Amino acid sequence: MSNEFYSLIVNGKEHEVRDAWAGESLMYVLRERLGLPGTKGACEQGECGSCTVLMDGEAVCSCLVMAATAVDAQIVTVEGLSSDPTHATPTDVQQAFIDAGGVQCGFCTPGLVVAVHHLLDRNPQPTELQIKEAISGNICRCTGYGRIFAAIELARDQRNAPPEQPAH
Amino acid sequence: MSQTTTTTSKRGERGTLGNSAVRPDGLAKVQGRFAFSSDAWADNMLWGATLRSPHPHARIISIDVSAALAINGVATVITAADVPGQLTYGLIANDQPVFAKDVVRFAGEPIAAVAADHPETARRALDAIVVVYEVLPALLDAEQAIDGSFAPIHPDGNVIRRQKVVRGDQNFVGEVVVEGTYEVGMQDQAFLGLEAALALPDDDGAGVELYVATQWLHEDQKQIAACLGLPLERVRLTLGGVGGAFGGREDISLQVHCCLLALATRRPIKMQYGREESFFGHIHRHPASMVMRHHADRDGTLRRVEVRAVFDGGAYASTSSAVLINAVTHMQGPYRCDIATVDGYAVRSNNPPCGAMRGFGVVQACFGHESQMDKLAAACGLSPVDIRLRNAMRTGDRLITGQIVDSVAPVERCIRETAAIPMPPPLAQDADSLDIPGGSGLTAQRSNIRRGVGWGVSIKNLMYSEGFDDYATARCHLADGVATLQFATAEVGQGFVVLAQQIARSVLGVDTVLLEPISTAIGSAGSTSASRQTWMSGGAVDGACRLVRERLFEHVAAAHQLDPLRLAIDGTDIIDTRGSLRIAVAESAPGLVLDETFEHHHRATEELDENGQGNCHVAFAFVAHRAVVDVDPDLGLVKVVQIATAQDVGRVLNPLAALGQVEGGIAQGLGLAVMEEIVLKDGVMRNPSFTDYLLPTSLDAPIVVATMIEEPEPQAPLGAKGIGEPPCISVTPAIVAAIRDATGKALTRVPVRAQDIVFGD
Repeated sequence: MSNEFYSLIVNGKEHEVRDAWAGESLMYVLRERLGLPGTKGACEQGECGSCTVLMDGEAVCSCLVMAATAVDAQIVTVEGLSSDPTHATPTDVQQAFIDAGGVQCGFCTPGLVVAVHHLLDRNPQPTELQIKEAISGNICRCTGYGRIFAAIELARDQRNAPPEQPAH
Repeated sequence: MSQTTTTTSKRGERGTLGNSAVRPDGLAKVQGRFAFSSDAWADNMLWGATLRSPHPHARIISIDVSAALAINGVATVITAADVPGQLTYGLIANDQPVFAKDVVRFAGEPIAAVAADHPETARRALDAIVVVYEVLPALLDAEQAIDGSFAPIHPDGNVIRRQKVVRGDQNFVGEVVVEGTYEVGMQDQAFLGLEAALALPDDDGAGVELYVATQWLHEDQKQIAACLGLPLERVRLTLGGVGGAFGGREDISLQVHCCLLALATRRPIKMQYGREESFFGHIHRHPASMVMRHHADRDGTLRRVEVRAVFDGGAYASTSSAVLINAVTHMQGPYRCDIATVDGYAVRSNNPPCGAMRGFGVVQACFGHESQMDKLAAACGLSPVDIRLRNAMRTGDRLITGQIVDSVAPVERCIRETAAIPMPPPLAQDADSLDIPGGSGLTAQRSNIRRGVGWGVSIKNLMYSEGFDDYATARCHLADGVATLQFATAEVGQGFVVLAQQIARSVLGVDTVLLEPISTAIGSAGSTSASRQTWMSGGAVDGACRLVRERLFEHVAAAHQLDPLRLAIDGTDIIDTRGSLRIAVAESAPGLVLDETFEHHHRATEELDENGQGNCHVAFAFVAHRAVVDVDPDLGLVKVVQIATAQDVGRVLNPLAALGQVEGGIAQGLGLAVMEEIVLKDGVMRNPSFTDYLLPTSLDAPIVVATMIEEPEPQAPLGAKGIGEPPCISVTPAIVAAIRDATGKALTRVPVRAQDIVFGD
């Protein structure tokens, strides 16, 4: 342990990390030091995607990122996806996961939600196969993925729906 | 952990039974706010960690913890010498040590635990503990446990249980006889949310509060209290958020260690396993081998099954004896069969312990009997569908145990409705590489791909068997139109929390249903396993709500000089069925507070006699699966294209949740069919990680087309059968049969490996 500190920019806010061991992963620091436990860990080797966060817009496994190397990056976690400043209102993707039955135990859900935001922000109209490929790094053990595909398609279709016409 | 509030369905429905009501924990889960047990945290807490044996069988000569204790930041190190109560625990037999004392019996067995100020300090402390072992020869072959050639590795002996099922003319020989030997590999539950707990010691050091991810709080409480040497009421458990279970949380893992460390240090202790430790820390699905001989008439009528089944239970008993019973009593499958000669063993070995996993013994039996049914079909010149239809069990038929199946038994309908589901289109000439076997590796030759179709049908017992009274308790509180429910039912992801709310809305005509924390503050709900909670805890919630409704009707009837039997709930109103009274439930009894508790018990069952005869099971559910696969036979690559299924569910209580169970179970059965296996070498796991233990990903997920067969089960409180286990049972043999259809290979073991397809017979 050391008495040095570094700063991370998470969900638009700067956080100081003090007295940390340099070997700590970004996932550990988010969860255990910054009070952001929404990011989950289930494999510690980048296989399951539960710890997915956005780093400068790229989806990464935060268990594979040393926290101290992420000092200049814009980090967005599942807690910071909502444009609502209090982050209380769910995003369209989060709401679609609820509505389509994409949530069972929910442990893979935060990582998936981040991965789907990453997908739809780059490719607003992904095909079925593009959806499957985009989330193939996120393991879900409960759902068999069927309702997750449905949730993603729902979010995609809602984003692409023409704005509602006022009634005459 | 505060009360969970409620929302009704977005679709404008009230979220009553039969609707896809929205989970009360859904919003928190998608926002990352849901508190899983690994998210628990307390001021001043320390991190616990466990030292495990690297050897499958060894004598412990000495343990020196002094260097670990000397590390700055290490608060304590504990071993078997520090266990104040019982030194062992177990779900059925009390045979598993809290810490190995003189001998270790599997690679991964706990030896010591440390508490330290940081996970990394704890890891270093584990490295500093010096254990001197005398390595012993290991019992790794289940047959050696049976034939007595290996000295007992445990005081309870090397055979955990032997059970025969003997029925009918033992000299009968059928006109057609087919034989086979089948093997099932060791599967892992691989729930995503790793084992985790937070233990808070009481101020007087004579009690503890534990937040833990488990399947059965009260059973944990009993085992923990015995090991701590504390009265039950001084060990209080609250369910920490559970990230899946599938049987893997039925046994104790870190619970006792975490509490011991908290009591030793008088500080909160957090323990959580990493993925590798999780593979060591919980039990797995039993590997099994089955030698089977099926006898039939020339027309395909099944007459006799002969089976010798060996289940390797590993070092400790866990639920092996119950898993074995499920296997031997389901060996005939969902078919009529009068004559049986089944001999089953669950044995002890120095392999990792095995116990509960979704399907619980029936998964293994089903792979065997469905493979045999296909052989019989071929021998009798019937199609896989026709041989199953010819023998399909009906209500009133007997199991090979002599028990009459009085459950709704729509086996024929399951098969016919599955067959009616359209087949997928042929593989397109220009199919994307992600859609062909092998995926983006671009390894399969398109022209080489062959398509196959296979079938699997299964029967699964629901609830616990053999005389066990696995009741469930629930409490309902109603005041001013707001219901509050309390139960100890472990919500592991399956959605009992939303079902409980649906029941209360339906029975009481309320919209707002609050849920108390899930804890030992109320009586047991039994385990979230054996497809039992919808029936059992659903029955308890329904019973408690009905008691409250009865009191409410009495009150309203008295106020209006009516007979309470004339009152009914209509939407959110109480109505007089023979008059004009209509009053909103919320306004029907201002100031009245009602509070009732109900225990639901299923009907009694019996133990089996020495010939395996007896009414040992409560009820049964059935399902059919048809698999379509594409295979590259030269490279042994498989893509499961489509699974069609029709499942006997009794009644659909929440369509979205039911479909989620079906699709999720199918993915786990697919995993066992073609990829999931814990590989052992000399008793040591070679692949305890998600890099090497392969799980189905989104690209492996087949198209699932599901039909729910709704024939309400009269025995079930809500008419609904448990739906959790059946989806994962017969899908495995269906996929293997489809690969056989595509390749002509025998494929007698699961998971099917590439080399089995390429080099197998």
